Amino acid sequence: MDLFVAVTFQLVYGIANLALISLGLAIIFGMMRVINLAHGEFLMLGGYTVVVATNAGVNIWVAMLILAPLVVGVIGVIVERVIIRWLYGRMVDTLLATWGLSLLLIGLVTSIFGASTATTISPPLGIIRIGDYSASGYELFLIGVTLVLFLAVFATLKLTKLGLVARGTMQNPEMSSALGVSTTKIYMITFGLGAAVTGLAGGLLAPVTGVLPTIGATYIAKAFITVISGGSAILAGTAAGSILLGGINGIFSFLTGPTLGEVALLVAAIILLRLMPRGITGRFFRKSL
Amino acid sequence: MTLSRRHFVMGSSALALAAPATIARAQSDNIVFASILDLSGGLDIYGAPMAETTRMAIEDINAAGGLLGREVELKMYDAQSTIQFYTQFATQAAAGDRADTVHAGITSASREAIRPTLARFKTLYFYNTQYEGGVCDYNNFCTGSTPAQTVAKIVPHAMNKWGKKVYIVAADYNYGQITAQWMQRFVAENGGETLDVEFFPLDVTNFGPTINKIQTAKPDMVISALVGGAHVSFYRQYAAAGMLSEIPIASTTFGVGNEQKLISAEEGNGIMASYGYFEGIDTPANKDFLSRLEAKLGADRPVINELAIRSYEGAMLWAAAVREAGTTDRDPVIEALRSGLSYEGPSGAVTIDGQTNHCSMNVYIGELADQEWSIVDSFENQPPADTQLVCDLNQNPNQSTFLFENGLAAAGIE
Repeated sequence: MDLFVAVTFQLVYGIANLALISLGLAIIFGMMRVINLAHGEFLMLGGYTVVVATNAGVNIWVAMLILAPLVVGVIGVIVERVIIRWLYGRMVDTLLATWGLSLLLIGLVTSIFGASTATTISPPLGIIRIGDYSASGYELFLIGVTLVLFLAVFATLKLTKLGLVARGTMQNPEMSSALGVSTTKIYMITFGLGAAVTGLAGGLLAPVTGVLPTIGATYIAKAFITVISGGSAILAGTAAGSILLGGINGIFSFLTGPTLGEVALLVAAIILLRLMPRGITGRFFRKSL
Repeated sequence: MTLSRRHFVMGSSALALAAPATIARAQSDNIVFASILDLSGGLDIYGAPMAETTRMAIEDINAAGGLLGREVELKMYDAQSTIQFYTQFATQAAAGDRADTVHAGITSASREAIRPTLARFKTLYFYNTQYEGGVCDYNNFCTGSTPAQTVAKIVPHAMNKWGKKVYIVAADYNYGQITAQWMQRFVAENGGETLDVEFFPLDVTNFGPTINKIQTAKPDMVISALVGGAHVSFYRQYAAAGMLSEIPIASTTFGVGNEQKLISAEEGNGIMASYGYFEGIDTPANKDFLSRLEAKLGADRPVINELAIRSYEGAMLWAAAVREAGTTDRDPVIEALRSGLSYEGPSGAVTIDGQTNHCSMNVYIGELADQEWSIVDSFENQPPADTQLVCDLNQNPNQSTFLFENGLAAAGIE
C-alpha cells in the first residue's frame, strides 16, 4: 500500500514535470505556430536567473516565482521584437531562427558565467513520509504549482479580454486587425507570456536539476513531443499529452528501467501520431482550450 | 565592404598558398603539441579545466627552456562535444600540423573515434581521462585511473563503513555499462551483494521511479557512475526525498565535472568518491601547483580534479620522455615512456606501466563536506590491474585494440 502511494505520487510528479516544461511551448508553438527551438534555453535562463539571484542573496521564493518569469518574459519580448515578428506564418524559418537563437543563448551564458556556476540552493520544504517511503515536499509543491499555472492560463485565455483578443488574433489575424485590434502588440504579449511561463518552469526546476548552459537540450525533445501529441488545444492537449506520455514513461521506468521508460515514451508518441496525426485533441475534446 | 566572388576566391587561394608555408615553418622551429578537448557544448564542464592545466603545462615546459633547445607550440582544438570534430581535428593535427604528440579526448567514444586515426598516422597519442580500462594500444598512453584503481578501493572502503548490500546506478553508454560490471565484480569479491543495476540515458532528469525502487530494495548504499549535467538531478532529488541521510552514496564519477559545486552543501555532504587526485593532497608539489594556478587564473579558478591534473601530468610525462629520448621521434619517445618512466607531480608519482601503456598512480578516497573534498584514505602506487589482465604490449607490441568494447565477459573476465 505504501509502495502504491509512493509510486503513484512519483507518477503524478512525472506527469506534472512534463506538463510544466511543455506549457510555455504550447503557448508559443501550439497557439502561435512558432517552432521555438530555443525553448530549452528559455528554461535554462529561468534556472540561471534563480541560481544567480540566490547567489546574490535574493530569497529563493522571490527568485523562483517572480524574477525567473519576469527576466525570461522580458527576454521573450525582446526576442519577439527583434527576430520572431518578421517570421510569422513562416514556420520553417522560425525553426532555423530559433535554433540559431538557442546556440546564441548557450554561448552568451557560457561566456558570461563560464561552463558551470556554483549554487547554494537546495529544494525548500521538507520531506513527506509515506510509511517506509519518503518523497520530497518540494515535488508536491511543484505538482500544485503546475495545476495553478494551468488554471491561471485557462482563466487568462477564457475570462479576460486579453485572452479573447489573443485567441481571436491567432485564429484570424486579418479579421482581428479589421476589428481594430493591434495584432503586433497581441503577438508580442502572447510570446512574452509564453516565455514567462517557460522561465517560471525553469526557475521552479532549478533546485531539483543541474543548472548548466547546455541543459536546455535535455528538455526540448520531450516538450515538443508532448505538445505535438497533445494537439491543437493548448491546455487540454498539453495536459492529455503529459498524462499519457508521462504516465507511460513513469510506469515503464518503474517496472523495467529508465532506458525502456524513455523508449516506451517515444514508441507511445509514434503510435499515437500514427493513429491521430493531429494529436489527442485533434480527435477528442476538440472544443476545449 | 562588399565581398565579391572574385575577391573571395583570390583571398581563399592566397590563404591556401600561405598555409603550407606556416606549417613548414612550425615544423622546423617548434615542437608541436596538439590538444583536442570539448571546450563548448555539454562536455565543457570537463574540458574547460583540462584546457587550463594543459596550457599551464606547456608554459611550464617553455619556461624551463623548452625541449631539446626548442620551444613547444600548443595547438588547441575545441571539439564542441561533437564526435565528428574529433576525427576531423585529429587528422588535422596529425597530417596538417605534423604534431609531435596529440593529447585528446574526454569520453570513451571520442577516444575510440581518434585512436585509429592517430595510430595510422603514427602520431603519439595521450588520453588523460579516467575511464573503464581495456585499451591495449602501443601508440596510445592512458594516464587516467581505471576501475581496478578506483572502484576496487572505494567498494571495500564503503562496504566496511556502510554495509554489504549495494544498488548501482550508471550512465547508459560504454563507460557506465563497463564500470557497472567492474562494480558488481568488486562487490562480489568483497563478500557483498548487488541488489540491482540501473542504467540511465544521458538526458534523463526525473529520477523519481528509481528513488522508489531504491526505497523498496533497501540497500546499505548506492554506487553511482552517472555522467553529465542532466544526471546531477539524481543527487538533488535523492537528497530532497530525504534519502541521503538514510542510504549514503559512493561514486566514481561525481566530482570530475566539479558536480559538488552544482548542488548545495546539504545535498552533497557525505558523498564518497575515489580518484587519482583531490585538491587536498598535502605535498609541497601540489601546494605549489595550486598556488601557481591561482596566481595565473585568479581566485575563481576552476576546482582541479583528476581530469585536469592528469592533463598537466600527461604533458609532463611526455616532456620527460622527449628529454630522455633526446628526440621527438615517436618510436624512441614511446620506448622512453615504456621503460617505466616516472613523473613526480601534484598527485604524487605517476609511473608508466610498459605492459599496458597505462599508469601506476596514487589513489585517494575523498568525502564531501560543504562542497569540498577531504581525503579520508590513500593508496600508493596502484597498478592498472584490470587492463593488465588482458593486455601485454611487451609480448606483442603490435596491438591497437579496445578489449572491453563488448563488456568484460567478452574480454574473458568473469
